[in-house]
Amino acid sequence: MNLTSVGIIYRKELIDALRDRRTIISTIVLPILMFPLLTLGFGLVAQKSMQKMEREGSTIMLLGETNAPALARTIRQTDGLRVVAPSEDYVVLISEKKLRAAVEFPPNFEQETRMTSDKPPQVKIYNFEGETRSQVAVRNVQKVFDDYRKQLVAERLAESGLTKDVLKPFATREENVAAPEKVGGNVIGGLFPYLIIFLCFMGSLAPAIDLTAGEKERGTIETILASPASRLDLVVGKFLLVFTASIVTAVVSLASFALTFSLPFLVAREFAKRNQLPFDISVSGVASVFLMMLPLAVMFAAVLMAIGLYSKTTKEAHSYASPLMLLVLMPAMAAMVPGFDLNATLALIPVLNVSLVSKEVLTGNYPWLLILLVFASSWGYAAGALSLAVSAFERESVLFRT
Amino acid sequence: MIEATNLTKVFRDRKGGDIRAVHGISFRCQPGQIYGLLGANGAGKTTALRLLATILRPTNGTARVAGFDIREQPEKVRANVGFLSTATALYGRLTARETVEYFGRLNGLNGDKLRRRTEELFALLGINEFADRRCDKLSTGMKQKISIARTLVHDPPVMIFDEPTLGLDVMAARTIVGFIRDCRSRGKTVIFSSHVMSEVQKLCDYIGIIHEGRLLAGGSLAELRQRTRQADLEEIFVQTVEAAP
Ligand SMILES: Nc1ncnc2c1ncn2[C@@H]1O[C@H](COP(=O)(O)OP(=O)(O)O)[C@@H](O)[C@H]1O
Ligand SMILES: [Mg+2]
Repeated sequence: MNLTSVGIIYRKELIDALRDRRTIISTIVLPILMFPLLTLGFGLVAQKSMQKMEREGSTIMLLGETNAPALARTIRQTDGLRVVAPSEDYVVLISEKKLRAAVEFPPNFEQETRMTSDKPPQVKIYNFEGETRSQVAVRNVQKVFDDYRKQLVAERLAESGLTKDVLKPFATREENVAAPEKVGGNVIGGLFPYLIIFLCFMGSLAPAIDLTAGEKERGTIETILASPASRLDLVVGKFLLVFTASIVTAVVSLASFALTFSLPFLVAREFAKRNQLPFDISVSGVASVFLMMLPLAVMFAAVLMAIGLYSKTTKEAHSYASPLMLLVLMPAMAAMVPGFDLNATLALIPVLNVSLVSKEVLTGNYPWLLILLVFASSWGYAAGALSLAVSAFERESVLFRT
Repeated sequence: MIEATNLTKVFRDRKGGDIRAVHGISFRCQPGQIYGLLGANGAGKTTALRLLATILRPTNGTARVAGFDIREQPEKVRANVGFLSTATALYGRLTARETVEYFGRLNGLNGDKLRRRTEELFALLGINEFADRRCDKLSTGMKQKISIARTLVHDPPVMIFDEPTLGLDVMAARTIVGFIRDCRSRGKTVIFSSHVMSEVQKLCDYIGIIHEGRLLAGGSLAELRQRTRQADLEEIFVQTVEAAP
């Protein structure tokens, strides 16, 4: 290998890539915009529907209202509940989401609640199980009933000469003892590596194919093969550029991610706080994840280049790369499954090992032996992929496939 | 100087069968001369020239190009060869200057020497007006000139042209033909392939007739005329091919 000529080739490919709109969009523009847009978009949608719900309130129906006049009055005065006139077709209305819930009072409900009996009266709350807005209505109605129940209990206790303390012989209290980053890591630990792996792959996709199948398609492959540069120099120079694109994508998306969630003036931060999503991740955790990504980026770049070299056109190359993307995303996604944790066997599975180890590292765990195993195996895969790309470039039957 | 001995290239087809694209070709091409490889489509011209330019490796036999063996020192061979064909396109996103400088650098030129060589070629070929425009924004004729500058940047003693005028309009084709003559008068060894009889007749000092991978006949036009007792190159070609087993 001649380092001077590798450098010359790298420099040329860099100029070329910087002028390729598709490469710029996928390596720089997309990863910058991804996190702000995702969070802002998500936040906005959530906020909008929340406001809408608050403004409109939940429409509910009271059946047998005369059996509970006092309670009915309280319900009518409750914010967020809008009572409509009773009708027979409440089941249909709830199913069609025109009505959120219907409350049915049994005969003589309020009178019976004043008496003790071994068979207390029962209120039915008809609802749409699993439908968010129906559940909100149910929760609001239950709150009214809770208050009423407490009031009745207090009255009964007073009649028997007892205080409320009698109902509470002891108390419990939960306290978080894990560092905040561990809590944050748990929530984001699965999602974060998934996104970075995805972006790393996407970042190398366009240049890997453009620099290989693109050269075949545009007929420049013979031009460059006729130059004194050796095939090894060519493939290494090209690989380095694709690898650069992959790393740039990862760095840019990390920076965008960090800024989106840490700049106080961004809505996303407020949103995260309001919804109590812990987004604090340690700098050392992020740096470790980045180190773990390096062999993965090498492997992606090399595999995609091998595919591009084999393909006759960029279209053919993209058609091979798309199913590969699923193959990469599935193990990356698996890391998001709670309780699916790293072990020695999983440490040998490419992509999955890096996403699982990232989850550990982001939650502040450093299982050194497993980390070493993941690092070694993923560098092994990277080296294998790279030698595949090099040998593809040296094979006439691949470069001049008919 | 080009000296091919028993040059052979066998491809595998999809069913695993053999395609003998080039079959035991031997010939010699001297400096200051143009050797024309004349053959129909699929005769093996491109494959033969790719072997000489070390873009493909021979299955059998070998060749010496500019004093280097194509098997032993392919990089040295390429450093002494300018290769131009209709399949050698330019990088569309690079400018003319960047293109020529890129190939100059790959050939070991740099600094002042590279700049001087580029200026010299640009002046000679009239590239200066569009030197800093991207290649994909240029006309075919302009691209042709840049391709010529690209093959000449390292001033190679051997030039290989594979059907260089294929698909070009009259003016662009004339530029190329003029350029090939120019190479000869500068004492370069030139090999050139074509299926156009008139072009070969006009340009070449030596003619090799290639058919189904085999070199059926070789010599100057006068020698071929004498041997076949035909005056017209087309008649010579048809007679030679029909006489083949
Ligand atoms: N890379 C390749 N793989 C398989 N067969 C090939 C390859 N290149 C050329 N051939 C075959 O070799 C023969 C000679 O082709 P070629 O050298 O391109 O001829 P020409 O340039 O004279 O038209 C043809 O039959 C062609 O199909
Ligand atoms: Mg050809």
